[in-house]
Amino acid sequence: MSDFPTDIYYLPTHEWVRIDGDRATVGISDFAQTQLGDVVYVELPEVGIQVEQGGEVAVVESVKAASDIYAPVAGEIMEINDTLDAAPETVNSDPYGAGWFFVIRVESEDEVPDALLTAAEYKQVCEEEAG
Amino acid sequence: MRTALADLHEAQNARFVSFAGWEMPLHYGSQIEEHHAVRTSAGCFDVSHMAVIDVAHSHSERLLRHILTGDVATLNRDESMYTLMLNPQGGIVDDLIVYRRESGFRLVVNAGTTDKDLKWMRQCTEKLNVKEPVTHRNELCILAVQGPDATEKVAAALSFPSLTNLPRFSCMEVGEWFIGRTGYTGEDGVEVVCPTRLARQLWGKLLDAGIVPAGLGARDSLRIEAGLNLYGHDMTEETTPFESRLAWAINWQDSDRNFIGRRALEEIRDNGSQAKLIGLRLTERGIPRQGYDVLTAAGEGVVTSGTFSPTLQIGIALARVPTKAKAPYTIRIRKQEIGAKIVRLPFTQNRLRTSTT
Repeated sequence: MSDFPTDIYYLPTHEWVRIDGDRATVGISDFAQTQLGDVVYVELPEVGIQVEQGGEVAVVESVKAASDIYAPVAGEIMEINDTLDAAPETVNSDPYGAGWFFVIRVESEDEVPDALLTAAEYKQVCEEEAG
Repeated sequence: MRTALADLHEAQNARFVSFAGWEMPLHYGSQIEEHHAVRTSAGCFDVSHMAVIDVAHSHSERLLRHILTGDVATLNRDESMYTLMLNPQGGIVDDLIVYRRESGFRLVVNAGTTDKDLKWMRQCTEKLNVKEPVTHRNELCILAVQGPDATEKVAAALSFPSLTNLPRFSCMEVGEWFIGRTGYTGEDGVEVVCPTRLARQLWGKLLDAGIVPAGLGARDSLRIEAGLNLYGHDMTEETTPFESRLAWAINWQDSDRNFIGRRALEEIRDNGSQAKLIGLRLTERGIPRQGYDVLTAAGEGVVTSGTFSPTLQIGIALARVPTKAKAPYTIRIRKQEIGAKIVRLPFTQNRLRTSTT
C-alpha cells in the first residue's frame, strides 16, 4: 500500500498540503501518483493569483488520464514548482518532496479547514477507492 | 479472467487493468520506461488474453478464402499475414493474423472479439458439414517479445539459433513451440504460442536475460506510434477498411473469390467513402484521448486513439475525419482547442513496417 505521511493533511481528491506558518505547500499523494501512472505534464497556476478553497488550480496529465488539482486552502499562489515542466516524473518518484506543485500563502494561519483529512482519514478514503 | 502467468506478473509488481473481460498487467512500474525498453532493446508482453483459433480440416482454405479479406491461397507453408474479417456490409468484424502451418491454419484474434469470431466462423461453416470447423486453443499462452534485441534473445533462451534467420511474417514450429516473427509494436520481434508450462519457463528465462516485462499501457503507446489500429477503437463493425486505413489488407486479385463484404467494398471503392483515418500530432502540449472532437473546415471528426508519445515527447492521435478534411486540424482537449498537424503514419520511424505484406 501507498505511503501516508502523518505530518501533512489531505483532500479526498488526493491532494496533500503541508502547512508551515503562512505557507501551504501542495502536491498529490503517493496513492494518486500510483493510480495515475507516469505523469507527463503538470499545468501550474500563475504566481500571484488568488485561489479559493476547493477551486481548480492545476491540472496533472498522466499516460492514463487528466485530473484537476484543487486548492486545499484559500489564499494567494506564492510559488510554483517550475522543475516539473522539464521533469514531470518527479511527481511519481517523490510525490511528498521534490514533486510538490505550488505554495499558497494562507489567509488564516490558526485554523485547519474542516475539509482537510488526517493521514488516517485519508488512508481510509484510499482503501475504499481501491476496493 | 486472468492468464496462466498472473502470479508471475504479481511477483513483478504488475499493476492490473480490466481489458475485454481480463485482468491484465497495465504496467510494472512505469509504462514509459517499458515503452522505451521495447524501442531500444526488448520487452516481453503476456498477450495470452488473445485467442488462438486453429482451422484444420479439408475445407479450411475454402472457408478462410471466403471470410478473410486477404487470400490465404497466397500463403506458403510457415507464412502469415495480417488480415480482416468483414460483415456483408463491409464493416470490420475483427482484425487478425493468419498463419499457414503444415497441419492447417492458425488464427490469432482479439480478446474482446473471441466469442463473436467463433460464433461468426461457425455460422459461416454451417453449410460445409464439418464436425469441428474451428478449434479455440484456450489452453495455449501467447508471449510477444518485441524490440531490436528481442529475436536474438528468444533464440538464445530457447537454443533455437535458426530463429534469427526467420523472415518477417514467417513462423516455425519446434515440438510444442510455435513462433511467428510477428508483433504489433512496430518493432522486430516474435510471438510465441505454447502450453502454459513452457510459457512460464520462457517468461523466467527472458527476465533472467534482462528483458523487461511490459504491460498493455506500453503496448498501446507503441502501436499508436507505429500507426496500428486497435479493434473496437480505431475500427469497428460500423467502419470499413477504407475508413480505417486498411484498404491494403484487401486482396482483390481473384475476381472469383467472393469473400464476405466484397460486394459492399467494391461499391465503396467505386463511389468513395465518407471518412478517413489519419494521424495527428499536436503542435503544443496536451494529450489527445479517445472521443475528443477534431475540428476541420470540412466538419467534425473524432479521436479514435490518442496518447502521449514517449518517443516524440508530444501528444499523438489516430482520428477519423471527413474524407474532404484537410489542414488546419484542431483537437478539443478539455477546455482548450489545440492545433494538430497531419502526419504520414507511422509517427515514429520504425525499423520495420508492420503494415506491409
